Amino acid sequence: MIAELGHLLAFFALAAAAGQSVLGLTSGGETVRRLAVASGMFSLLAMITLIICFVRLDFSVALVAENSHTLKPLIYRIAGAWGNHEGSMLLWCLVMAGYGAAAGLFMQEGKLRDRALGVQGLLTTASFAYLLFVSSPFTRLIDAPFDGGGMNPLLQDPAVALHPPMLYLGYVGMSFVFSLAASGLINGQIDREWAKRTRPWALFAWSSLTIGIALGAIWAYYELGWGGWWFWDPVENASFMPWLVGAALIHSLIVTEKRGGMSAWTVFLAVLAFVLALLGTFLVRSGVMTSVHAFATDPTRGIVLLVGLGLAGGAALALFAWRAPMLKPGPEFDPVSREGALVLNNLFLSVAAALVLVGTVTPMILQWLGDTGMISSEAASLSIGEPYFQLTLAPMVAILLLFMPLAQAATWRKAEVSPLMKWLAPAAVAAVVAALIAMAMGGWGLWLGFGVLVGVWVVFGVGFDVMRRVGPGGAGRFFRMPLTVWGMAIAHLGIGIFVIGATVETATRTERTFPLKPGEIAEMGGWTYEFLGVSSVDGPNYTALRADIKVTHGGSTEIIQPETRSFPLARTSTTEVAIRKTLTGDVYVALGDQVRDVPGSWRIRIAQHPLIDWVFGGAGLIAIGGFLSLAARIRARAPVTTPEEATASGESPAVPASTPA
Amino acid sequence: MRKRSQRLWLIGAAAVLVTGAGALAVVGLQGAVAFFQSPSDIAAKGTASYHQSIRVGGLIEVGSQKHGDGGKLLTFTITDGKHTVPVVYEGIPPDMVKEGKGVVAEGKFDASGTLVASRVLAKHDENYMPKEAYDALKRASEEEGGDAAYVKEPTT
Repeated sequence: MIAELGHLLAFFALAAAAGQSVLGLTSGGETVRRLAVASGMFSLLAMITLIICFVRLDFSVALVAENSHTLKPLIYRIAGAWGNHEGSMLLWCLVMAGYGAAAGLFMQEGKLRDRALGVQGLLTTASFAYLLFVSSPFTRLIDAPFDGGGMNPLLQDPAVALHPPMLYLGYVGMSFVFSLAASGLINGQIDREWAKRTRPWALFAWSSLTIGIALGAIWAYYELGWGGWWFWDPVENASFMPWLVGAALIHSLIVTEKRGGMSAWTVFLAVLAFVLALLGTFLVRSGVMTSVHAFATDPTRGIVLLVGLGLAGGAALALFAWRAPMLKPGPEFDPVSREGALVLNNLFLSVAAALVLVGTVTPMILQWLGDTGMISSEAASLSIGEPYFQLTLAPMVAILLLFMPLAQAATWRKAEVSPLMKWLAPAAVAAVVAALIAMAMGGWGLWLGFGVLVGVWVVFGVGFDVMRRVGPGGAGRFFRMPLTVWGMAIAHLGIGIFVIGATVETATRTERTFPLKPGEIAEMGGWTYEFLGVSSVDGPNYTALRADIKVTHGGSTEIIQPETRSFPLARTSTTEVAIRKTLTGDVYVALGDQVRDVPGSWRIRIAQHPLIDWVFGGAGLIAIGGFLSLAARIRARAPVTTPEEATASGESPAVPASTPA
Repeated sequence: MRKRSQRLWLIGAAAVLVTGAGALAVVGLQGAVAFFQSPSDIAAKGTASYHQSIRVGGLIEVGSQKHGDGGKLLTFTITDGKHTVPVVYEGIPPDMVKEGKGVVAEGKFDASGTLVASRVLAKHDENYMPKEAYDALKRASEEEGGDAAYVKEPTT
């Protein structure tokens, strides 16, 4: 019964969303708001019914039978509800309808909200139609099996259980930013008020996306057992492109909100972020490429997604082309000013996104050309990996970040660089010194020195900028800094920390494989590893081989236990690495297989990942900074001041308290 | 600053940036990509003709997996049913790299004609075969003397 109820609820959600779109686009008012909230509630209930099916192991539901199993722990039964194609599409619908409901609950009423709910309703209707008619999660089996097929064991992990919901809050969240942009275009009103009301949604979606991507990277780091956290896999790129464009968007929204400028560009970015999110979904779900993320795919889904992508993108761009000429240009500004700096930020981020796009789709396009016979099959199959992305993105990011401390200290309209230089000179010195130290310790790699230089420059630049804002007032004024400044400073600090961590980790990570017999000792980087032996352990739905390894470093000793788990049901095995955290990085040990022809000898992989936590910590700070900026938006619901008033009230570095981020 | 010069400045900056990025992309696409080759392609051209990093796909030949250098190295041969390529990899490959399963190895040839792999890819699923591996098998089986028994539809 419960699956049928879920099916029915999904239909209700579709009906409510359809009503919401029609009324939202034509009239508006209280009914639209109620329909949006209703659609969100129905979606939530539908998701809950699906989770109940998974928790109760109702194997008469095809999706449960395929993806769950009696031996699976409860938390992964719940997460299993969205760890497959159909369930994740329901999650997609829920997040989309949820944004509509949240807008209905929290946004001021008016034409902006009504039309945005209308557009959002349209997108939600389309998503539910796709869900119900192409990939329903509630399909029943005529003959229910006694037990299920089990879930991919790699996905039975806390980070990856949370990864899809966070990623969707970001990815699908871009849909509401898109709806707000479309609404503004329909109303012919892309102005400071529009930017002020759009920015919180963009901040929330983008910060969630940051967390979602970081969770995926963490999972790849410890669960895949290869020790890397980013592989430039097309799926990763698919989420990275909307992230880059989203980052550009939340910055250009500042210019539109504070100065009324760049409105056409801002709207364009809002549309682009969502189109790229759709493109990413298409790449992942259509089967045009294979990767660890490829769910069971079929070409019908790909075509439906491609049509949706074309319709949404085409309609929005047509709307944009029709309305953009009516948008008023903002007030003038000097190239050396906060506006100028934010324009530069946008140029670099968009170009970076374009470079990622080129690297991601080129192999697919060539392959398609090869399949149709237009080019030889040999020229058609190539792969683009890390070297390309490193070569093209590193200069972009480096130049962008070299300007960052200057940019965040610049004033609107026209900035004086020389007083800033006085503040930033110590940061430059610190950066050069840190880079030299890093290179001396890490083997004089240019890459390493360059990355550390940029990262430390950003960290110190942000620090000195905060000191400059606080002025001589001391600690009391530090804590009274506006939330917007906190948000910006923490996010920018996170970028610096991330860059330092990422370059140090990739440039100086060491990995070696040791064949060891019980009692034998391996030494690496000042650590000794004594292999004690392998024992067999049973888990709830797997059997494991567990190695005991005595790790000694600087007088302290500890036993660590890497495992290989074999899941008989899924006929798969996974590597559970043992990680020992230290202040300077991780020691990372994986158990391999037995050495052939040498009885009792096991292959053990030992790796050192310096500053790996800076990578994830930096990403976390970026997201926290984003959420703090959002909190500042919510708290300060003051009326908008005109640019003239804003300048008159003195937004200069001399009056730090009124300096907006 | 006047409107026109503001726009000129913007267009100038954008043009410089886009040109630079375009140049970088071209350089990157020329130097930093790895072409895919099947064991038959390699047999036809000879391993000495490859200087860049390439990707080789196929099945791991049954009985070919061995450990070298006391267990530090993993060696195996990739087959497409017609020709084989010897591969050596330092380290522990992903869990699903097994004999008789599809695999893609990325690396360069050494002087003896062995592919020194920097990466070994396989998907974490029992039935999955990397598309490149599947294509290599299919291509070899369609030629004369190929063995169609090796070809199994990839079930992704």
